[in-house]
Amino acid sequence: MTAKYALRFGALGYLALLLLLPVGLVFYRTFEHGFHPAWAAVTNPEAQHALWLTLIIAAIAVPANTLFGVVLAIALVRHRFPGRGLVNAIVDLPLALSPVVVGLSLYLLYGTGGWLGGLAGHGIKILFALPGMTLATIFVSLPFVVREVVPVLREIGTDQEQAAETLGAAPFTTFWRITLPAIRWAVGYGVVLTTARAIGEFGAVSIVSGRIEGKTETLPLYVQSQFEGFNTTGAFAACVVLALIALATVLVMRIFRPKEEAA
Amino acid sequence: MGITVVEVTKQFGDFVALDDVSVAIPEGSLTALLGPSGSGKSTLLRVIAGLEKPDGGQVLLGDDDVTHQPARARGVGMVFQHYAAFKHMTVWENVAFGLKVRKRPKSEIETRVHELLELVQLEGLAKRYPAQLSGGQRQRMALARALAVDPEVLLLDEPFGALDARVRKELRAWLRRLHEEVHVTTIIVTHDQEEAMEVAGQIVVINQGRVEQVGTPRELYESPANEFVMSFVGPVNKLGDTFVRPRDISLSLEPEGDATEAMVERIVHLGFEVRAELVRDDGQHLLAQLTQEEAQALELERGVIVYAKPSRQTVFTR
Repeated sequence: MTAKYALRFGALGYLALLLLLPVGLVFYRTFEHGFHPAWAAVTNPEAQHALWLTLIIAAIAVPANTLFGVVLAIALVRHRFPGRGLVNAIVDLPLALSPVVVGLSLYLLYGTGGWLGGLAGHGIKILFALPGMTLATIFVSLPFVVREVVPVLREIGTDQEQAAETLGAAPFTTFWRITLPAIRWAVGYGVVLTTARAIGEFGAVSIVSGRIEGKTETLPLYVQSQFEGFNTTGAFAACVVLALIALATVLVMRIFRPKEEAA
Repeated sequence: MGITVVEVTKQFGDFVALDDVSVAIPEGSLTALLGPSGSGKSTLLRVIAGLEKPDGGQVLLGDDDVTHQPARARGVGMVFQHYAAFKHMTVWENVAFGLKVRKRPKSEIETRVHELLELVQLEGLAKRYPAQLSGGQRQRMALARALAVDPEVLLLDEPFGALDARVRKELRAWLRRLHEEVHVTTIIVTHDQEEAMEVAGQIVVINQGRVEQVGTPRELYESPANEFVMSFVGPVNKLGDTFVRPRDISLSLEPEGDATEAMVERIVHLGFEVRAELVRDDGQHLLAQLTQEEAQALELERGVIVYAKPSRQTVFTR
């Protein structure tokens, strides 16, 4: 009995100390002087622009990675092709690589003198603009949908798909009406994780954005720049917005999870 | 519609699953593909269904060469060992699936699904999900789903393999009755000789990717083509080069002629019949099957010395 409680309090205490306390402190510092200064800090044009930019990037990166993730997962599980093992390993690369490396490699590729650096001369601006930041975000949030969908695809097997085929369903109909419904919770869960990663990304985006205030600052970058400029209220208020988005994400995850287990 | 398989071969890597297989399945028949696991019987079924592409040979449905047609164009109904139920659909939606992808009018779908659910005795469970059904109910749903599209042929891949013994027996009898009602050409794959004998009118025995024998249950039992078929379709005693069924061994307590002496090791009661497990002096084991009455008359029990004599035996020339 005692051991059970010790374990419980140990786990809770650990979480409280490492997670709740710091995040709670941010909330406390934000609203220390009341609601109005915090509200003013998140509604100023620069903060608004940063939030807007963050959402736009996520709105491109998440669908792109979802589509790619589902297609790649099906290719990995249902098809045999040369280099399959290699592809399988490369998918995990963004998880292993430090985001700074991702940012720097994009910088080298698209920067002045880079292989694709010439694009800038043709009016296609990648670095220090939305395309570069979106590419960096897509890169770092790439594995989540694939990694969620692959085990589920493997588990459901091919029986249902083959049954649909013998019943006269064309390949796309089978995908749409049999495969997709069977993996929908995994896709949903992957989308949630991808969104969280896309919104929170700092390192890679920081390098390719050039951090031009009011232009290429996402919300995490805005937090950093406000903090460095000693505008702590602004920094903390933006932090709270990020934390609330994260909280909403976690809640959506909780909604997905139980259904996944019941299935 | 009859099914003709002509010289079909199929390899998976180095493993030869089907080695020059030719079979003719008559229209309207119920045929069993019988063989041990890994014999190629399921592969043959999947080649007929179009789920597996043969390396060589032809598959004909009726007079049409369908070798290069995809499964969806063949008009076959398939039932899988593990049901392959569409888990996110109700029983009704499962059965209606084939009709929906064929874009049949709503009223027709309604009538047909209703009819089929009645046929497989699942009318009351139309709104349930597969997870809420028993194994036997799921398999009946899968059968209704396969029949919904009026298939030319019905292919069953170990359909009762995942069910417990009692349900399996019920469903076998039910399948036979169903076949008498709908008369669609049906192939059932099984590794269970009893199941094949009980259900099918014709049995194709397959071993190591080859057809060993084709015949009625009685033909296979009475005149097996070779050693493999003889020992696969029922228990058998091997005495040197000769094979004897346990039922064809008569026992007596007195030595007579060339009867072989053996000791009773175990008596197994099978209901109406009794199986005596015997062991000879030289260590060879024998099985004899006799009626309760015969066993009682001989007062068989462990340790009794008996004289066994084959009343009928088979020798295969090689």
